Amino acid sequence: MTATGIGASVRRKEDFRFVTGKGRYTDDVNRPGQAHAYFVRSPHAHATINKIDATEALKTKGVLAVLTGDDIAADKVGGLICGWMIHSKDGSPMKAGAHPALAQGKVRYVGDHVAVVIAETYAIARDAGEKVVVDYTVLPANADTASAAKPGAPVVHDVAPDNMVYDWKLGDKDATDAAFAKAKHVTKLEIVNNRLVPNPMEPRAAVGDYDEGNESFTLYTTSQNPHVARLVLSAFIGIAPEHKLRVIAPDVGGGFGSKIFIYAEETICVWAAKKVRRPVKWTSDRTEAFLSDAHGRDHVTHAELALDEAGKILGLRVKTIANLGAYLSTFSSSVPTYLYAPLLSGQYNIPAIYAEVDGVYTNTTPVDAYRGAGRPEATFVVERLMEVAAREIGRDPADFRRQNFVTQFPHQTPVIMCYDGGDYPKSLDKALELADYASIGKRKAESARKGLLRGIGISAYIEACGIAPSAAVGSLGAGVGLWESAEVRVNPVGTVEILTGSHSHGQGHETTFAQLVSDRLGISIDNVAIVHGDTDKVQMGMGTYGSRSGAVGMSAIVKALDKIEAKAKKVAGHVLEASPDDIEFKNGKFSVKGTDKEIDFASVALQAYIAHKFNGQELEPGLKESAFYDPTNFTFPAGVHICELEIDPQTGVVAIDKWTAVDDFGNLINPMIVEGQVHGGIAQGIGQALFEGAVYNKDGQLLTASYMDYQMPRAGDLLSYDIAVTNTPCPSNPLGIKGCGEAGAIAAPPAVVNALTDALGHEDVPMPATPQTLWRAAQRAVTKAAAQ
Amino acid sequence: MTAVSMTVNGQHVSAEIDPRTLLVQFLREHLRLTGTHVGCDTSQCGCCVVHVNGDAIKSCTTLAATCDGADVVTIEGLAKGDVLHPMQAAFRENHGLQCGFCTPGMIMTAVELVRRKGTDLDEHTIREELEGNLCRCTGYHNIVKAIGAGAQAMGAAAE
Ligand code: FES
Ligand code: FES
Repeated sequence: MTATGIGASVRRKEDFRFVTGKGRYTDDVNRPGQAHAYFVRSPHAHATINKIDATEALKTKGVLAVLTGDDIAADKVGGLICGWMIHSKDGSPMKAGAHPALAQGKVRYVGDHVAVVIAETYAIARDAGEKVVVDYTVLPANADTASAAKPGAPVVHDVAPDNMVYDWKLGDKDATDAAFAKAKHVTKLEIVNNRLVPNPMEPRAAVGDYDEGNESFTLYTTSQNPHVARLVLSAFIGIAPEHKLRVIAPDVGGGFGSKIFIYAEETICVWAAKKVRRPVKWTSDRTEAFLSDAHGRDHVTHAELALDEAGKILGLRVKTIANLGAYLSTFSSSVPTYLYAPLLSGQYNIPAIYAEVDGVYTNTTPVDAYRGAGRPEATFVVERLMEVAAREIGRDPADFRRQNFVTQFPHQTPVIMCYDGGDYPKSLDKALELADYASIGKRKAESARKGLLRGIGISAYIEACGIAPSAAVGSLGAGVGLWESAEVRVNPVGTVEILTGSHSHGQGHETTFAQLVSDRLGISIDNVAIVHGDTDKVQMGMGTYGSRSGAVGMSAIVKALDKIEAKAKKVAGHVLEASPDDIEFKNGKFSVKGTDKEIDFASVALQAYIAHKFNGQELEPGLKESAFYDPTNFTFPAGVHICELEIDPQTGVVAIDKWTAVDDFGNLINPMIVEGQVHGGIAQGIGQALFEGAVYNKDGQLLTASYMDYQMPRAGDLLSYDIAVTNTPCPSNPLGIKGCGEAGAIAAPPAVVNALTDALGHEDVPMPATPQTLWRAAQRAVTKAAAQ
Repeated sequence: MTAVSMTVNGQHVSAEIDPRTLLVQFLREHLRLTGTHVGCDTSQCGCCVVHVNGDAIKSCTTLAATCDGADVVTIEGLAKGDVLHPMQAAFRENHGLQCGFCTPGMIMTAVELVRRKGTDLDEHTIREELEGNLCRCTGYHNIVKAIGAGAQAMGAAAE
């Protein structure tokens, strides 16, 4: 391993600009003559719009335009789309209600876009927005997941009179019923997976610009996948053809899924720029972000696990209602279906699985992928069932898991996935050792002496990353391929530019991708530049989500580097007067096998461009190659997290005092960055378990629309984590990478809840387990213990 | 319109501004110092922290007009040319940032924390003192490490 190669904890190249305030985020972009947009949003969850009167607003000095759904319709701007087709059990396609960027006749959630005011300054636009008078007829709201599709519930979209987007299934019902019929023990659980708001610290923003001379548009936006944004805005929404639309996603301040999607605001900014012939800028404030960024999770689930007399799992049955909100967001339909149920086998041998998922409309903010997307929900179901089942049959939760682990690979689950490799017992053993699981009894007794309740909880998760083979996802309904592209441009002096379709919004690609190139070509990472986030520079890409940038994005770079090496060997052969087959490339030097004749990489690059040493008709001058890499399988990161905590039954306050994480991410490019990803994921997972929850009242008002009401995890709520790895290389991609971005957020919630319930004498607690909830549960536990 | 003048990162600036202009707007929009960020509208996230007369304050909840005559330092004013302030260097060295959006506020908060509490900071103190700063990326683990190390380095640099 070299100091800057694969496996080294190289300090990040991008950090100088971030620590000096020189990052360039979308809100830092200002275009000459720019105007500002303010969105008039619905204060009602469900209402018909009778009239919009903008007369007074338009009279305000500095207002350029007030645009509404009528203008969108007149300009034939297409609606926002959902790009993953899901079919119901009867084969019928999902029911997608129209999703105009500005409401047409009806609003369906608080925050829905009614009109946009464009003015000289944001303050003027906002002031004028207050003067837009909208006459609504308020309708009853449908705001509760469990009852959304019950008879008589208010109808959100006429195309779905029962509010069902789809009723979908996966697995073999008959085989699962048969498994339950012969079960010795059945564990049953009711689970609510709480609704979360992603909350990247940078709010969404967009600047739309129209160039009259070239009849072309530029959109600066907070996107995790600018090419997909361009594709959707061109091919579906119809703003401009792709060659007339440039999308730039500069530095992006976190995404966690919420910046994958194509929203109304950026659509409006780019469309309105042509209407007012001025660049149009919009930056979300935090309250708008709570109302309009796609939320995550929000499942209501009934789950059952069937065991034989020896504790072997026979079958798993799951019925989930998934709240998709008021409209189908860009990938929302796939999250509670193909990103969820295929992970229900966990790390375990489960012969039969059957899952049903009802996707329902409600008058709430659309729900889509948030860190982990479906996989945290699946893991929560599986790991809560495992914990409760172990206690019910009187087994140690660790041993019970070990007994049921998959140990042979490849392993075909009954729910699509074929696990390609891993060593689950190894992660469990290491985690138990690091967590000093063996002496938990002693620590519990010590806590009890202080009047405190101590608990320990295990979570053995698996997830699917590196999404995914294009043909496979296509057969499941995806509207796009999920390959990645890369271009390697070698300059005549031997410096290298990598153009990638992946997008970094905190993951450190400028460093890790450069490490790969440095390792492979033997050049300094300072001589490598990573170019991303601009559709005019990078030809095509699918972006960053689902931990795919390593497994898929870097694999594309490897493929392009293979081509570079092959071409460079030909050039070197000519220079060294040897056959390319006799040329070896090592440590940045090309040499003729068995001789001391050699030439370094930079000199070969120069020779490739001056093209004096070879016939330009036989070998093309230059050194530039590109590649598209389509993955051969999902990757399957897996691991074990253990949470140990103490509850004060007097106050309901919980303190986590030890967190152990042992993860198998395959090969690591930069362990420092990987650890950072795990830390952040765990914090979000603990947030879900203890603090965070989006709450709607029955009228569909979001009661948690600011940091005053939605509790984000803070430094004082958390701890330093103990992290280790047991890496088994991934057999499905050239670098052996599995992906690490979601692991913590997937593993943490069940680890925390399992620990809480352990401390509470097996009392179940809902998430977020607030002090009030815990206090009540602790009182019940104490009473129960006293009675025994 | 109101006239304000202040010193920002050692340079004298004056302007005629709308009286409701916030300090963060003055910095970002008038002076184009975009290193100071806005992450919320309820004074909870700390992305906007700058120093005014040596105190760390939230520039999103401060009217620019009230800073007339003040000495303001933003994240752009911390490094000396290409030489990072020890706290900036510690954030880089300890991977105390991912997306970088909270980072300017974190660093400005940390520098003032050292001024108030000294260069020997334990983990508990650092975590408690970060009560006004949110980070969604790092889980705080490496921020806490970075601040501890940065404080030590500031102490060493002062010797
Ligand atoms: S912007 Fe959030 S506290 Fe100032
Ligand atoms: S580094 Fe992204 S919010 Fe802190």
